[in-house]
Amino acid sequence: MNSVLIDPRRMVGRVALKSAAHVGGISLFVFELARGLGEWREWYHPALRQARDIGYGSMFIVFITASFAGAVTILQAGYQIAAGVPTYFASGVVVSTIILELGPVLTGLILAGRVGAGYAAELGTMRVTEQIDALESLGRSSVSHVLLPRVLAATLMVPILCIFSNCIAIFAGWVASKGAMDMSNADFVYGARYFFKPFFMWYSLTKSFFFGLTIAIVPCYVGFNTSHGAEGVGRATMTAVMTSSVLILFLNALLARILLPQ
Amino acid sequence: MITLRNVHKAFGDNVVLDGVNLDVQRGETVALLGPSGVGKSVLLKHINGLITPDKGEVKVDGMSVPHLHRKELAALRQRVGYVFQYGALFDSMTVYDNILLGITDEMCVNDIGYCGARMIECLELVNLAPDIASKYPAELSGGMKKRVGIARAIAGKPTYLLYDEPTSGLDPVNAEIIDSLVGKLQRELGVTSVAVTHDVRGAFNVADRIALLSDGKIRALGTPAELAASDNEAVRGFLERDLEDIVRH
Repeated sequence: MNSVLIDPRRMVGRVALKSAAHVGGISLFVFELARGLGEWREWYHPALRQARDIGYGSMFIVFITASFAGAVTILQAGYQIAAGVPTYFASGVVVSTIILELGPVLTGLILAGRVGAGYAAELGTMRVTEQIDALESLGRSSVSHVLLPRVLAATLMVPILCIFSNCIAIFAGWVASKGAMDMSNADFVYGARYFFKPFFMWYSLTKSFFFGLTIAIVPCYVGFNTSHGAEGVGRATMTAVMTSSVLILFLNALLARILLPQ
Repeated sequence: MITLRNVHKAFGDNVVLDGVNLDVQRGETVALLGPSGVGKSVLLKHINGLITPDKGEVKVDGMSVPHLHRKELAALRQRVGYVFQYGALFDSMTVYDNILLGITDEMCVNDIGYCGARMIECLELVNLAPDIASKYPAELSGGMKKRVGIARAIAGKPTYLLYDEPTSGLDPVNAEIIDSLVGKLQRELGVTSVAVTHDVRGAFNVADRIALLSDGKIRALGTPAELAASDNEAVRGFLERDLEDIVRH
């Protein structure tokens, strides 16, 4: 009778053990990555190639996402501003919201899907077709040849793409304000500068740096440890995207709590 | 010399190797036969440290493989070539770049002239035309991928070669060429080889000794003549279909 029912204690125990194993596994993984940094001759050129692929390859999707984010934000801000409130408040809301929140988070989530899925699928396929074993059997380090280039490229490019995203979103907000609101250029610029603080940029870049690490490490770890053929690769890709997306949202809340003055 | 002593390996509840003992002398070719899924590839991967045993010893030239440091293991692997069952070529690299990765000597790998000449030499040894060097693995047939994998494994002039089904998927002509290559590498360069294979006839032609892995242990080990004449039930059961042809030839 008990075997038919789900035992919640066993389920909690199983989940806890599995989670602990993954935390340990990722810790060892990060340690190996740090150890491989010394072999810079192996990872330097592949890292630059990966960074170029991420940068150029992601610009279009980041552009689209940021444009709509900026346009919608100022339209909603304009809708919500009560009568009597200066219109330049809307541009202030756009700049603050984009730089503090939407820029890094939307960019992070989009890149978790694009870059993270790609990494998990590539590495998973390499694992199940024994390419990783082949590299190691040739006396080469899979960390410096395959993993570090991807991790470093993503960690470098996500903040850069975040800056790009912020600029595009603010520009799109300005374009949308011309069409939908009675806001002069001077008002837009005044509002943007009035509410802006240099701290916003540091906050945005710090968040995007941690998001970049998440997008790099989680999919690489999951892909590198794939098994069970094509089904395993599919599962790894899905797990990588979901896990890194959830972690981005969690880190977003955590960093807001830690970094924003209360 | 390769020494395996009391090697145990399990994956979860699945016990694959249950006390394997095997010695491979310098310059010898040993074929490893056994039913599908019995653990032949798992055993092979213990030799170059791709898998570590749960218990037991794995030694190559007196060095305990599971206890080697990272750099020592990398140095050992540069002397031990491994031919994977499906080639395991790197998809994002051309045939030339794949073979280049097999040249592990740092002095030679920077010499473009040497690399080009060695690549052509290795491709010719496996009966492939040099003009495939610019192709990507996706443009090659399965048999061609397998042969490029062999070319990559021998590019670094290894002391030991581990073959995982070197002739599976090849037509009889190319299978014969690979069998001859194994023999040639042994005779001319003194390469020590361990070959996992289902090609019983090829094993009997090429190997100095044949080992039969079954139920986690080496059940029989001897020269081809000894195995052909063996009364061992496991040997006769496995070789039954091919034994008559072998005895007749």
